[in-house]
Amino acid sequence: MENLTALVATQTEHLLEIAVSALIVIGAAFTFIGSLGLARLGDFYTRLHGPTKATTLGVGALLIASVIYFSTRGEGPSLHEVLVTVFLFITAPVSAHLLAKAALHLRVRSIAPPPLAVEGADAGQLRADVPRTNSAGRTESS
Amino acid sequence: MLSRLLPHPLLTLALALTWVLLVNSFTPGQALLGVLLGWAIPVFTRRFWPDRVRIARPWWLVFFLLKVLWDILVANVAVAALILGGQRFARPAFVPVPLELRSELAISILANTVSLTPGTVSAWLSPDRRTLIVHGLRVTSADALAQEIKTRYERPLRDIFEPPC
Repeated sequence: MENLTALVATQTEHLLEIAVSALIVIGAAFTFIGSLGLARLGDFYTRLHGPTKATTLGVGALLIASVIYFSTRGEGPSLHEVLVTVFLFITAPVSAHLLAKAALHLRVRSIAPPPLAVEGADAGQLRADVPRTNSAGRTESS
Repeated sequence: MLSRLLPHPLLTLALALTWVLLVNSFTPGQALLGVLLGWAIPVFTRRFWPDRVRIARPWWLVFFLLKVLWDILVANVAVAALILGGQRFARPAFVPVPLELRSELAISILANTVSLTPGTVSAWLSPDRRTLIVHGLRVTSADALAQEIKTRYERPLRDIFEPPC
């Protein structure tokens, strides 16, 4: 009976080790592919897509591996990795959005035709100190 | 009276949870300290939080998050294949998505969701907040992509934050 429980314990340990290893490899692979995208893709905007991937699935898999590893060492559950995920998921898209917005404003070279709406808004923002007029020439009340 | 003592119940809950996760131990003492911080910080920073966050259907938010996580998983594999397969399959395009959402929080969450799902990055929000311009890595049909974002993410967010009265 004691032999059996010992066997089950080693088997579970093996399984956990395999799971942790697999998650680390998956996470590292996706982080690598994200960086590869950052280096290989054509223009600024397509390159932005690389890091968003690295921070979602890549870091996500690594953090799940960390949760499993530290929670099964008999020191109680370890869940502060959840915070890393939450903070990353909040900050990464915001920085990507601001980078893209700044690039559009500076007319960074783009493979895709840039949206027309930005130019109009930029022109409007440049003259933010004077009242805006619409196409009919009347002053808008905003 | 209650709103002055407890201006942002959701923020209080989030801060308490953050504290417990930060110290990484679930003892009653730390939980109490977390609740205390969660109560004190919103009270003393009330000027920075003009509007109280209202989630009309919290459980739908949970389903929404699960759906987004699944989409992240699927889309990641697709974009990884795209990067490894070479750029000849990439068809980048800027796609305008007309917004029906009005609350600032809901628009922020939509923009973040779009950026988190690989293959699309929210690039620009028009000053009147009626159009979100999304940069897609592989766009075969701009209308289809805009429609997908609207039905898959914007409609659930409307149900969660701005239910029809």
